[in-house]
Amino acid sequence: MNRPDPEDTSYLRAALSGMALTFRHLVNPSKVTQQYPEEPTDLSPRWRGTHRMEVHADGRPKCVACGLCPTVCPANCIRLVGGEDDQGNRYPIVYEIDEFRCIFCGMCQEVCPVEAIHVGQHFENAEYTRSRFVYDLDRLMEQDHPTTLLWDPSDPSSE
Amino acid sequence: MESLQPISGPWLLITMSLKVTIIFGLVVLVVAYSTLAERRVSAWIQDRRGPNRVGPFGLLQPVADGIKNLLKEETLPSTASRAFFILAPIFVLVPSLVTFAVIPIAAPLPTPVGVVDMIIADIPIGILYVLAFSSLSVYGVVLGGWASNNKYAFLGGLRASAQMVSYEVALGLSLITVLMMSGNVTLTEVVWQQQQLGMWFVFPLSLAFILFVVSAFAETNRLPFDMPEAESELVTGYHTEYSAMKFSAFMISEFGHMVTASALMATLFLGGWDLPGTWDDAFWHEGQLIRGFTQDGGTVLANPAWWKTVLTFGGFAIKTSFFMLLYIWIRWTLPRFRYDQVMALGWKVMLPTALVYAMLIGATILVLDEVGIRWGFSYGLALTAISGAATAGFIFFLDRGRTIIGAADQSRQKVLITGISQPATAGD
Repeated sequence: MNRPDPEDTSYLRAALSGMALTFRHLVNPSKVTQQYPEEPTDLSPRWRGTHRMEVHADGRPKCVACGLCPTVCPANCIRLVGGEDDQGNRYPIVYEIDEFRCIFCGMCQEVCPVEAIHVGQHFENAEYTRSRFVYDLDRLMEQDHPTTLLWDPSDPSSE
Repeated sequence: MESLQPISGPWLLITMSLKVTIIFGLVVLVVAYSTLAERRVSAWIQDRRGPNRVGPFGLLQPVADGIKNLLKEETLPSTASRAFFILAPIFVLVPSLVTFAVIPIAAPLPTPVGVVDMIIADIPIGILYVLAFSSLSVYGVVLGGWASNNKYAFLGGLRASAQMVSYEVALGLSLITVLMMSGNVTLTEVVWQQQQLGMWFVFPLSLAFILFVVSAFAETNRLPFDMPEAESELVTGYHTEYSAMKFSAFMISEFGHMVTASALMATLFLGGWDLPGTWDDAFWHEGQLIRGFTQDGGTVLANPAWWKTVLTFGGFAIKTSFFMLLYIWIRWTLPRFRYDQVMALGWKVMLPTALVYAMLIGATILVLDEVGIRWGFSYGLALTAISGAATAGFIFFLDRGRTIIGAADQSRQKVLITGISQPATAGD
């Protein structure tokens, strides 16, 4: 411990230099508080928040109802009922994510073979009722916030 | 010239009621906004922004706090002494708000019916009234702590009483020098003598100023002397068990004491409402409002004006706000003393220094009067030199760490510290 000898210390001078320091902070105009609702927060590119479903140009969901995301989901929050149209393309009839149950691990995005389901850089999803937190397919497709950048093992700090 | 008479008759009643209403309202308003100032300044010191959501710049925050405190549940501990528990906040609140009555806030205001003094009650006991009433509030603190039947509250109350007694002595002794200078205990006379001296008492009585500020901090229970509250040791001390408006009453009284102490420091040492120059001087001397004396003892009549009243009130407000800012600034800079340090500072440093200083100033005044120096600027300069030397000596003594010492300075522990550090240097 590199402490000064008590014989050399002075309460008075230490107190005055402390006062000078606090005064510099008092008049310093740059503050650390973020004025949140007015100033949007800076989310990390790897922030995992509200989900969104990617759509094709014609408005169909990109999901092919392969069933990998409900399988991998550790919180078991995805409900998927797949169907098949007359050309033999698989599509989701029911696709629901319970945002309350979700732990935002992002494994659904990692496992998706067609890059349809994503977690997004978004967190302002407060609702008045619990039932509103179960996002159905239409709602997932409506989301337009930026999607999350997946962690790349070869570039661990995302540079 | 007829109008330069003190106001009397029914107009006295009317102006007096107006003054009481306005000054009391002003004090309560300042108290409310000093809670906001405390929070904003503390935030700025810590590089935060502070409460700025309620109204423009958070200016309605005190209103929101008040409404919240009115609507909260009043708790009453089952083991508390019910009557005293309810009485205590009143005992604290009332003295802190009535002490402002004897502090002059501006130059006299001329009206068509007479000259109105900008002070609620220019009573002859002046500063003694302030001391008496501000000491009364410690009864409320002790009562609140005791009636709560809570060990922390009890400790806080006891600490408050001990601290008040200790620092009241130094406060009174540092005040004696001011009273020796002014020759009277009324605060209007204190202001008038500072105007006559041509300098504010902070210069000729610099050491008394330092002692008074430190004692006032201890008297108002503000950091670094907030032993009765001491959040980290005693929860919040004497008002631990209080909630809602009763808690608010304790808070209002604390800030009320701060405002009064700030106004008192401004009045006693920074000239009160006096502004530099003699243009604003005014004092009732043998029934006449005078501005000063001529060389042969005649009087110069004052010419009060409404703009002088406004300007001097502005000066008074600025001086008081400076001390309020100092209170807050120091609170968020200095850590709390240990209890034994508070007591050692009060009894071993402040009291003897104030005693010796009172003797020194008394002797100097005696010598100056004997030599025949007139009460004026040169009189003040001579006292400034003496006080400056005393202050320099006091600060030199205090600065060497011989008075406020930490635990590390005790010789037994010092040996222990060198014993630990020696093997570390040997190992390098």
